[in-house]
Amino acid sequence: MNIVTNNKWIGQRTIRPDGVDKVTGRAAFAADTVMPGMIWGKVLRSPYPHARIRSIDTSKAEALAGVKAVVTSRDVVDFPVDKSVMLGIQDMRWMCRNVMAREKALFPGHPVAAVAATSEAIAAKACELIEVDYEVLPWAIEIDDALKPDAPILHEFNMFEGKPSNIAGKLEIKKGDVAQGFKEADIVIERSFTTRPVHQGYIEPHACLVSVAADNKTTIWSSSQGQFMVRAMTAHLTGIPQSDIRAIPAEIGGGFGGKTIVYLEPLATLLAKKSGRPVKMVMTREEVMRATGPTSGSKSTVKIGAKKDGTIVAAQGTFYLQAGALPGSPIRGAVGCSFSPYDIPNVRSVGYDVLSNRSKVAAYRAPGAPIGAFAVECVLDELAEALKMDPLELRLKNAAKQGTKAAHGPVYPRIGYIETLEAAKAHPHYTAPLGNGEGKPRGRGMASGFWFNAGGESSAQVNITEDGNVVVTTGHPDIGGSRAAIANICAELLGIDYRRVSVLIGDTASVGFSNLTGGSRVLFASAMVVTQSTEKVITTLRERAAKIWEIDPDAVKWENGAAHPASPNAGQFEPLTLAELAAKAPQMGGPIGAGVQLNTEGAEGGFGTHVCDVEVDVELGIVRVIRYTAVQDVGRAIHPSYVEGQMQGGVAQGIGWALNEEYIYNKDGKVDNPGFLDYRMPVCSDLPMLDAVMVEVPNPKHPQGVKGVGEVPLVPVMAAVANAVHNALGKRFYSLPMSPPKVTEVLEAAE
Amino acid sequence: MAKLHVSTTINGEPMEFLCEPNDTMLDALRGPLGLTGSKEGCSSGDCGACSITLNERLVCSCLMLAAEAEGQDLGTIEGMAQGEKLHPLQQKFLEMAALQCGICTSGMLVASDALLRKNPRPSEEEVRFWLAGNLCRCTGYDKIVRAVLETAAEMREAAQ
Amino acid sequence: MTELRYFAPRTLDEAIGAFAAGGSAARILAGGTDLLVQMRSGAVKPGLIVDIKKIAEMTAIEETADGGFRIGAAVTGAVLAEHPRFGKVWPGVLEAVNLIGSKQVQGRASAGGNLCNGSPAGDSVPAMIAAGAVVTVQGPNGRREMRVEEVPAGPGRTKLKPGEILLSFTLPPRPPGSGDAYLRMIPRTEMDIAVVGLGVGLTLKDGVCTAARVGLGAVAPTALLVEPAAQALIGSKLDDAALEKAAAACRAACRPIDDKRGTIVYRTKVAGVLLKRTARVAAERALQNRGN
Repeated sequence: MNIVTNNKWIGQRTIRPDGVDKVTGRAAFAADTVMPGMIWGKVLRSPYPHARIRSIDTSKAEALAGVKAVVTSRDVVDFPVDKSVMLGIQDMRWMCRNVMAREKALFPGHPVAAVAATSEAIAAKACELIEVDYEVLPWAIEIDDALKPDAPILHEFNMFEGKPSNIAGKLEIKKGDVAQGFKEADIVIERSFTTRPVHQGYIEPHACLVSVAADNKTTIWSSSQGQFMVRAMTAHLTGIPQSDIRAIPAEIGGGFGGKTIVYLEPLATLLAKKSGRPVKMVMTREEVMRATGPTSGSKSTVKIGAKKDGTIVAAQGTFYLQAGALPGSPIRGAVGCSFSPYDIPNVRSVGYDVLSNRSKVAAYRAPGAPIGAFAVECVLDELAEALKMDPLELRLKNAAKQGTKAAHGPVYPRIGYIETLEAAKAHPHYTAPLGNGEGKPRGRGMASGFWFNAGGESSAQVNITEDGNVVVTTGHPDIGGSRAAIANICAELLGIDYRRVSVLIGDTASVGFSNLTGGSRVLFASAMVVTQSTEKVITTLRERAAKIWEIDPDAVKWENGAAHPASPNAGQFEPLTLAELAAKAPQMGGPIGAGVQLNTEGAEGGFGTHVCDVEVDVELGIVRVIRYTAVQDVGRAIHPSYVEGQMQGGVAQGIGWALNEEYIYNKDGKVDNPGFLDYRMPVCSDLPMLDAVMVEVPNPKHPQGVKGVGEVPLVPVMAAVANAVHNALGKRFYSLPMSPPKVTEVLEAAE
Repeated sequence: MAKLHVSTTINGEPMEFLCEPNDTMLDALRGPLGLTGSKEGCSSGDCGACSITLNERLVCSCLMLAAEAEGQDLGTIEGMAQGEKLHPLQQKFLEMAALQCGICTSGMLVASDALLRKNPRPSEEEVRFWLAGNLCRCTGYDKIVRAVLETAAEMREAAQ
Repeated sequence: MTELRYFAPRTLDEAIGAFAAGGSAARILAGGTDLLVQMRSGAVKPGLIVDIKKIAEMTAIEETADGGFRIGAAVTGAVLAEHPRFGKVWPGVLEAVNLIGSKQVQGRASAGGNLCNGSPAGDSVPAMIAAGAVVTVQGPNGRREMRVEEVPAGPGRTKLKPGEILLSFTLPPRPPGSGDAYLRMIPRTEMDIAVVGLGVGLTLKDGVCTAARVGLGAVAPTALLVEPAAQALIGSKLDDAALEKAAAACRAACRPIDDKRGTIVYRTKVAGVLLKRTARVAAERALQNRGN
């Protein structure tokens, strides 16, 4: 495919099509929608971390004036535990139990019943009237507690090595012979790390509005990262056929992976069906923090061996990640990505999925990879120190490149990792003096990271309006500005003004199947199908012009928004513009438009190299990031501002994860900080400007050279910060977050 | 218990609504008033997505009882643009990509507008500390701060 | 559906009458930045809310004849910051009030609400203690005064009698050479509840500290007046030895708990660190005010 260069729109910082609505407060998020006759749904949640549900009596709730419907797990389709039913990466056995507890309540906040009533207050009151008979059981939250020999077992049917266990899965990758490799190493460093669970932290709580007619025709408005996922999960869990469900993606107020599954939609659907009224459900912030999937807490051990000259000869990682109440932690990301930036002959990477009594984890921006990279990149930093090598030089010496067999299996095509290292090395930040902190030590650290990225199914339609403009319908919710980039691409291909292209996100009834927004795939995949659709439209336009001119379509070219004779031999004709051809469309063969549905392939992973400066108030243990530069191999920045935006957003999340974000539990196993006051995400004054450097090494398998960019930015951050803190204080941190009491503890332990 | 009847002024227009005594102003805006531009992120005053002005003072509408609006002057995001003419801050946010998902944007704009009306010449630090009550999870704040600083500079120039 | 009543009286007598009649289910509403959060979470279910913001005395800032200040209990941090003189005389108190929450919160929150909410970590309280503030309260049995450090009774509780409403804070006139400061430790740069909050008010004459008060917050069930810390400063030139002695007194005064905001060990250490830093800032300001 040709990589388009010399661009008019691609690479420009155009104004996003959905922007005006968002700056005026008009954009319709799920909680903004209303329907006539709408009533409110509320969820009753388990107060216990672990309890058998002996019985549920909903009679008093049903009798309360204003209550229109009550549902329990009896109403949710059962997926028996002995038969796996996969929907993408989710197993419906776990989804049905996540959406509502069946045999057991598995974490505080686990839904046990739901009510719909004419007001939120009545629905809440009704929930209080539901009587649940719990048999309270012992619980385990931390990995160590869940793995003890006498630990309470969450699922008796879950077997590991022949007996019931809280280990729900194991994943291992191997390359070469690590035992031999370590023997050949001149220096070996092995360290263990822990991280706490952290939440994606989207500002918009989950919300949906569902209407079910008496014949099952269902309309769902929801905040989600995938309307097709919403349709499919809701169909599976309610028994309503997919063809009867229309899932409409509302504007989404942040997802980061956390909205790639459903929580409320199936419950609202069941309530709407039972009550015959549209049901709106909106989570409170507390519900979001207690009952939606954060990412795993972890325990990792990483061992890396190198020769005196810095060549890494062997690497080994063992990663325990919390799944929460039901199986499915992102061990794939930890196991598969952590060593991937490097050319290492001997690698063994193992991950364990650990069940425990907390909410089931959901994806969070490069799931698993930031956890693994924290460990590996910190060990590499220690290795560099021991070898008296610059940490960036150590990376360069071992960097993966085209032809390297990656730790996780594939042979790399043209990749841009080395380019990120070189750009970081050449960047003024890397050599700038740290400056004087006036009594507060300063330090600089760097780290790299990798994420797989994904392709997957995507559909789009490109239709020409009768007045000669363009409507593009794509299939993926826009969580990062993808509509702007799509408009750039379509305008570029058609050679018309960007403002003439309107980009919309279709619902499940109006666009073909499109896989979720996640995996840094939206632009990659939708650009491919939009490109192919636009190319088909261009072919049609050339054919129409050819007919008018009575020449062969091959003799017509499309340029600058018009059909032209391809060469002087084709004849002398005035160009026919898009508007002119559109006006003639009815007589010339009908509507001009095309749609493409594909399982897109050719997505390539992305690499990032980050440099971080910190300043530490040693007496109080407070770490502040004072300068940050993120370099990333972005393939092609179709809309540079939104690529930078992804990088800056990921960095900010990583700084929070590194310094202050963590789930805190009380002695009853409940989340003690289920709100933004004590779940401490970075605020505006916590951060400096975040420099984003985009290195463009185009993906040869994509028409515009696009690579996924959204997830890589989170991967290197915690290690970059930890390495900077080490540089400032001379102390290593093996545990996140590096909050003030922890920093103070480490400093005092050393004295 | 009968609902309360409140008469107030919002974005310069007289408005009335009915509410429960324990409804917050955010509940009233998003419910009976149909002004859904102010968003609910936390309902505990920690995220700023519900920011409005009360008699020109920047406040969280989730921390105000709807009943307190009686006789007061409220300003919401819906009042920032004049018809189709965007406020310079809104325009700059678009040009500089100072938003991604947009859920924090209403609050950010109301808060930024309140800042520039009080201090037309803020430093970067002043902007950051003023906006500390407006959480954003998508942008890392960089482009937001730049957009506010640039708008301030342009507005000062235009005033000369 | 709700049994809540909202009442916004224009006179103090009406407020006191209604509040007293409302009994234990009545709550005073000033800025609402604590009350509404507590109502939302279900921690508090009031039967009557008495909104005091329409009462002139509650929102007034007066300069008293002897050069002090009387600040109405419902005066917001934002309004206090706009007073032409208050921040010059009491920068520490002003800073403390305006560290509560965000700019949005400061547009509504008041020192009165902060004190009466009874949080051991309320930012304004250590600064008010260090300022030697006196509060005026009024109830069905009349008006009385209390030293501000006498008001907190424990987490979420005050020593106000049933039916009593806090009316105002009276800050004494400042002798020349006086300065005050408030510092707190929070993990982020804003938006956190103080892990430790410390206020110092002092007077210097010819480099010697002649008067001092130290208020310490978030390290005990109530904010504390730490007299031994003040004693360590008085008579000294605020040299390192004196500051260390005062810091040790602050550490000794701590009775903190391990909770999601800080550990006992950490808070105790920080109390000492903050004493030194806060005293230094107060001293710098005192030196600048020499001539006043």
